[in-house]
Amino acid sequence: MSSELVDKPSKIVNPPSIPPTTDIAAAPMIEVDHVDFYYGKSKALHSVNLNIAAKQVTAFIGPSGCGKSTLLRCFNRMNDLIEGTRIGTGEIRIQGVNIYDPTVDVISLRRQVGMVFQKSNPFPKSIYQNISYGLELQGVKDKKRLDEVVEKSLRGAALWEEVKDRLHSSALGLSGGQQQRLCIARAIAVEPAVILMDEPCSALDPIATSKVEELIQELKKDFTIVIVTHSMQQAGRCSDMTAFFYLGKLIEMDATQKIFTKPSQQQTEDYITGRFG
Amino acid sequence: MPTLSISNMDDTKQHVFMRPATAAMRSERIAFNVFRVATYAVLLAATIIFGVIFIKGADTIFQREFPFINVPFLVEAPETLHVFDHEGQHHEMGDREFRKYMTAHENPTIAEETYVYSAGGIFPCIVGTLFLVVGSMTIALFVGISAAVFLNEYSRGGRVVELLRLAILNLAGVPSIVFGLFGFGLFVLFAPVFASAPDASHVYIPLGFGYLNFSGWGVSLISGWFTLAFMVLPVVITASEESLKAVPKGFREGSLALGATQWEAIRTNVLPYALPGILTSSILGIARVAGETAPIMFTAAYVVRDRLPWQVEHLLDVLFQGVMALPYHIYVVSSKIPQNSYTERVQFGTAFVFLGLVLAIALSSVILRNRLRARYRW
Repeated sequence: MSSELVDKPSKIVNPPSIPPTTDIAAAPMIEVDHVDFYYGKSKALHSVNLNIAAKQVTAFIGPSGCGKSTLLRCFNRMNDLIEGTRIGTGEIRIQGVNIYDPTVDVISLRRQVGMVFQKSNPFPKSIYQNISYGLELQGVKDKKRLDEVVEKSLRGAALWEEVKDRLHSSALGLSGGQQQRLCIARAIAVEPAVILMDEPCSALDPIATSKVEELIQELKKDFTIVIVTHSMQQAGRCSDMTAFFYLGKLIEMDATQKIFTKPSQQQTEDYITGRFG
Repeated sequence: MPTLSISNMDDTKQHVFMRPATAAMRSERIAFNVFRVATYAVLLAATIIFGVIFIKGADTIFQREFPFINVPFLVEAPETLHVFDHEGQHHEMGDREFRKYMTAHENPTIAEETYVYSAGGIFPCIVGTLFLVVGSMTIALFVGISAAVFLNEYSRGGRVVELLRLAILNLAGVPSIVFGLFGFGLFVLFAPVFASAPDASHVYIPLGFGYLNFSGWGVSLISGWFTLAFMVLPVVITASEESLKAVPKGFREGSLALGATQWEAIRTNVLPYALPGILTSSILGIARVAGETAPIMFTAAYVVRDRLPWQVEHLLDVLFQGVMALPYHIYVVSSKIPQNSYTERVQFGTAFVFLGLVLAIALSSVILRNRLRARYRW
């Protein structure tokens, strides 16, 4: 496993925390500026250029292997954990800051850009400890504050009523859908600006899936959400903007309504109508 | 197809599914019996070894009167046994008792036989082995877990890391006597000692506030600790790596995605769940470390020593004390002195105590492991 610690040393600098934008239309939260990305020698992303607006839900869709998860994992630099990956020419800017700049502290970046994984990975600790983990990393020790944040996050993830009586029991005792909502609660506990979701519902049954989708609609009032999904119906239900990827290229990105009713690219229409993928 | 029912079996119990008398069936029976015999042979060997030690050792360790355990054997230092007849009575007594007896009876001339190490007890040996095991396992666990964390979590693959792993594996194949020589050469003769004056007969490095003399630690606990620790290191590193690998990657990714540094992620979300597996390997290590004679022969163990390790002037001097040790004592009593029924008692008693001690330490490791497993369930 590689790590930035074995990499070339970078100056640790805390970038200013990303302030909530009041001016939603003006500055996009994430700008992907003609980005190439390589796994070793093979090129996974070809000159991807898109913007992600703040406090909206953006969906990445496309067939398997098209690069959507790769791009998602670039946003919080989780790809750094894989050996041999590197970004080519091009920049990814979050709130105007190039996140691959050597002065950027990856730890701070990951606090501001949270992630929910495809397979829910609750820590084998208690429900309470799962949520407080992120805050304890930041040095918060005050029990009262931790209690408040745990309740707020669980309410925000629509899980509070179900678990409020067993906060100190193991998180592994929850059902699959509850575990994924726990992971969402864990991600929002550190109050990131952006939440990345990598196929969050792929392992869930339809009822749990619909609960998570409702949750996403609530969360977008406070957070910018980028969701990768295999299900076009989900993209259609959840997202405001949709980007269609194919073989590492961005084919089309537009308002969800438009993509699903009148896409401008033939490939997009073929994918949406199920002719391939 | 006819079903198997009572009516289908005639008087000679012939039916459709009879066992055939083919060559395959015969060789199946032969193979099964070979495996069975081999397994029982192993069981027999273990039973004989433990049985003989238990029965003969129990003779020495247990006694019929209260408190049912031969306490002097466990708490006294070894003494010479004096066997003689006096005034029609047969006496067997250790050194101190003998001296008291002689002064009490005004030093009569008697024909006595002396048997060295056959009286008294083995308390210094017990203490020595205990100190050696605890110290060396602590060092081995610390260095081993750190190395495993580095190899598994931090290092990228590549030629250097492969060479490192090869070196660690090779360490496992080194004979224990070679470890003894290594420890002797490096720790006993050459290890650095901090002093206020330079030692001209050895290499020394002047520091501003003193000197670092490479005059060695001598035959001491600390030399033994490091020698034994290096001997058991490959087992600990391999088992620690396996335990770390068994922890799912999702824990690490989840921690990192929340803004943990790599060490924070390992410390809070990986190591606690890998510890039970690591402690299991330590149990094997404990048995090995307690029982090896060759590494401690020149580095830590004395044949006989009057003082116990803690009878020193400064606390830090405890590290530089040599000790007696149980396996070495068994060796001395079994092969360095003439054999007779008296020494046999001591041999088996010592072996019994030795097995008991290893069992006790391993048991505490098991208890600790079970506690950790219950606490960090995943």
